[in-house]
Amino acid sequence: MSQVAPGHPLSEGPARARRAMRMGVHWTDRVAHGLLILAGLALALFLLAPMAVILAKSVEDRAGEFVGLANFAQYFATPALLRSIWNSVWVSSLVTVLTLPLAFTFAYALTRSGIRWKTLLRNVALVPILAPSLLAAISFIFWFGNQGVLKPLMGEGQIYGAPGIVGSMVFATFPHALMILVTALSLTDARLYEAADSLGTSAARKFFTITVPGAKYGLISAAMVVFTYAISDFGIPKVIGGNFNMLATDIFKLVIGQQDFAKGAVVAIILLVPVAVTYGVDAYVQKRQSALLSARSVPYVPRRSRGFDWAMAVFCWTLALLMLAVLGMAIYASFVKLWPYNFSFSLDHYRLGLIDAGIFGAYLNSLHLAAWCATLGAAFIFATAYLLEKTRGLDAWRPFVRLMAVLPMGVPGMVLGLGYIFFFVPEGNPLHFIYGTMAILVLITVVHYYSSSHLTAVTALKQIDNEFEAVSASLRVPFWRTFFRVTVPVCLPAMLDISRYLFVNAMTTVSAVVFLYSPRTMLASVAIVNLDEAGDIGPAAAMASLIVVTSALVCGLYYFAQAWLDKRTQAWRH
Amino acid sequence: MDFLVLSHVQKRFGDFVALEDVSLEVHRGEFLCLLGPSGCGKTTLLRIIAGLELQSAGTIVQAGRDISLLPPMERDYGIVFQSYALFPNLSVADNVAYGLVNRKVARAQRAARVAELLALVGLPDSGAKFPGQLSGGQQQRIAIARALATSPALLLLDEPLSALDARVRVRLRGEIRGLQQRLGVTTILVTHDQEEALTMADRIVVMKDGAIEQVGTPSDVYLRPATPFVADFVGKTNLLPAQRAGERRVQVGAQRFECEISATARDGAGLRIFFRPEDVVVRGVHGATPNSAAAVVEKIEFLGAYSRVTFRLNGIDQPLFADLSLNDMAEFHPRPGDTLRVSLPADRLRVFAAA
Repeated sequence: MSQVAPGHPLSEGPARARRAMRMGVHWTDRVAHGLLILAGLALALFLLAPMAVILAKSVEDRAGEFVGLANFAQYFATPALLRSIWNSVWVSSLVTVLTLPLAFTFAYALTRSGIRWKTLLRNVALVPILAPSLLAAISFIFWFGNQGVLKPLMGEGQIYGAPGIVGSMVFATFPHALMILVTALSLTDARLYEAADSLGTSAARKFFTITVPGAKYGLISAAMVVFTYAISDFGIPKVIGGNFNMLATDIFKLVIGQQDFAKGAVVAIILLVPVAVTYGVDAYVQKRQSALLSARSVPYVPRRSRGFDWAMAVFCWTLALLMLAVLGMAIYASFVKLWPYNFSFSLDHYRLGLIDAGIFGAYLNSLHLAAWCATLGAAFIFATAYLLEKTRGLDAWRPFVRLMAVLPMGVPGMVLGLGYIFFFVPEGNPLHFIYGTMAILVLITVVHYYSSSHLTAVTALKQIDNEFEAVSASLRVPFWRTFFRVTVPVCLPAMLDISRYLFVNAMTTVSAVVFLYSPRTMLASVAIVNLDEAGDIGPAAAMASLIVVTSALVCGLYYFAQAWLDKRTQAWRH
Repeated sequence: MDFLVLSHVQKRFGDFVALEDVSLEVHRGEFLCLLGPSGCGKTTLLRIIAGLELQSAGTIVQAGRDISLLPPMERDYGIVFQSYALFPNLSVADNVAYGLVNRKVARAQRAARVAELLALVGLPDSGAKFPGQLSGGQQQRIAIARALATSPALLLLDEPLSALDARVRVRLRGEIRGLQQRLGVTTILVTHDQEEALTMADRIVVMKDGAIEQVGTPSDVYLRPATPFVADFVGKTNLLPAQRAGERRVQVGAQRFECEISATARDGAGLRIFFRPEDVVVRGVHGATPNSAAAVVEKIEFLGAYSRVTFRLNGIDQPLFADLSLNDMAEFHPRPGDTLRVSLPADRLRVFAAA
């Protein structure tokens, strides 16, 4: 077998054998293949096609003629637009540089110090996730704006522009960095510290030789996430940016203000570049990190140390109070009768500003959207992950579906939204009818937040025994029976996680849907942008508060559902 | 005709050859062990029989039916994995009934079948429990009950005992073997544990690097290993380089021994001789005993029922092993440094061509 006749290509033997051998496919497996093909096509249709159209649009003029790179040439000849690139890059870098040490110290305190109330601190620090990013911007206006409470602190400067953007973005990105860093710091093996102690290593040396290297990948990953978030966020620069332009706001202005789709497409592609770079770095880092995870380690239990714990407590509570101040200001302002003249309590912004103004429907629409995403979206994502991970055959198609599942992470919401306009608005598209409906909002939101949900599902699926499907097949039980009877019950906690994640993001997202709503499907988060633009910052704060409270309540519901589930299934879960 | 016939089965993963050219017949009702070190292809072979992997070439015929290309759902077997793969959220009874539900068996009949199987594996009262509430050994027995529930004609066991601790493993060996004999179900077990294979199997298939080294009964494999690899892998062995030095004579270092040599080896040809530690005789050996020599004792390991003595023979570089019974030890009480006369009976020496 191992000898190969001279002049006889080595590859020919195996290739011939492969052609000859083809396993028969049972009809139940054909069902799985059919579903997987459908899922892949759906992702291609709602992710790949819109992105492709952006590419096409960027090389066409207004009349639809091919003009090569003329749009890019024109773009790079416009100094005002070029400045946006620089603005986006330096603001996002600054946000990253500021957020990372803060989040690292906070995460360090949570994992490596003996401070009290860790759970409370952690939950306070995660609150920004429940709010649309522009809540921070609104809050900063109430604190430091022209009529802000602390305006005098600003001296000659003003909050509108880069300072407000950076501040708001640090607030908004903090919890994302924190979660990654807490995970990274929790992974370190206590035995390394014990070994270091037995060798009489100093605290500083332990920090730089064990802690930092251990959390290195977490730090890089967190930096990438913060940078990506900052450079693709639309709500914050829109609300507090004033005349300070960034790429995301440029897309909006070019498309909605000037109807210059070609140039909008060019900016979208330029915005894709830094995001693609960070995405690539992160993907590389994650791959490296998984090797670290496999080690069997002993969890680190922090020892109490008076001075250090005090310092950490002061730091954490200061940060937590600042975050509550940002969140609280928006809520407080939503109940103030007439800022800054009459600070008496009033429900006017809710009653007059939202309900009587006919905007309350937007809130109900958001609830609708979130409910659809949290149910149908979560079910689709989980089922597709199951088909990918646990069924067999169709080997050539799987890498494509897998790519479609992780690609959305690298696509900013504004870019995806623009692609949807380009793709679904033309009357010639048979799917044109979904434009302006709730369906298109559900689709874009699910696609936009697909990757994280998919990875959660895959992680959960990988934890259950790989041989369940093999056993089922040997017992001649079709895969769907095992899916519903075993896989779903076992993975229910992860499914709830996915569902909650989609719900909260559907409530708070702006960038992906800002191009796609119609008067009937106006969403709460988009309504905030419009209210702010019209100068109705009070009702804007009211709407933002409604979203936060709703998200928080829903998270509470999920928490209780999870606890109830744990209790019901503790007989077989360990 | 044999129950299961594998002909020229090959498996490649890219350039890596997992199975070279495996042909094998499995008799109806026999207990066959696939034995070999990790990476020898034994699990791959089992998965090919189960249809979980597709062979690159070759055919498989089960009960006269060519199943080479059939998907797992259309084959007829029950399988037990090392991980048990019990469904954690289903009760033990539901696990065992899992394959019955789909076959539209009436409820009462199903319950009776589950009770019968649970009794069969010796866990009659565990039906209402969840797998997580059972010990590893109990879970393994439930996995076997589930695999047997649909009365498959073939039972496949993939290292079913290797996750268990030693004591449970020894007990389950006997139980699985007993169960298999009562039911008469053709069984293929994959293991890397030679003791498991020797105690359970009707026949053992020893594999190495994707090829079969020997197929035989446990005593065949132990007493008459076909290759040096089998001799070394199954049981403890002394394996020495030697040259042919006559019709029934080999030269090992400075020593000469009498033994049977197959006709193919020429005089002076490189050979290897092999004998087991328990073949070494110390009782009644004197200067005139054939194949005897003076051994210098180097080390003694007490192993319970016997002791393993490490010794050296004049002119042979490598240390050799002898297993001496407690009686021998009491009589000769060798100590390190002592000289002891040992003999290697000619009928226990096996000769292989040099590798």
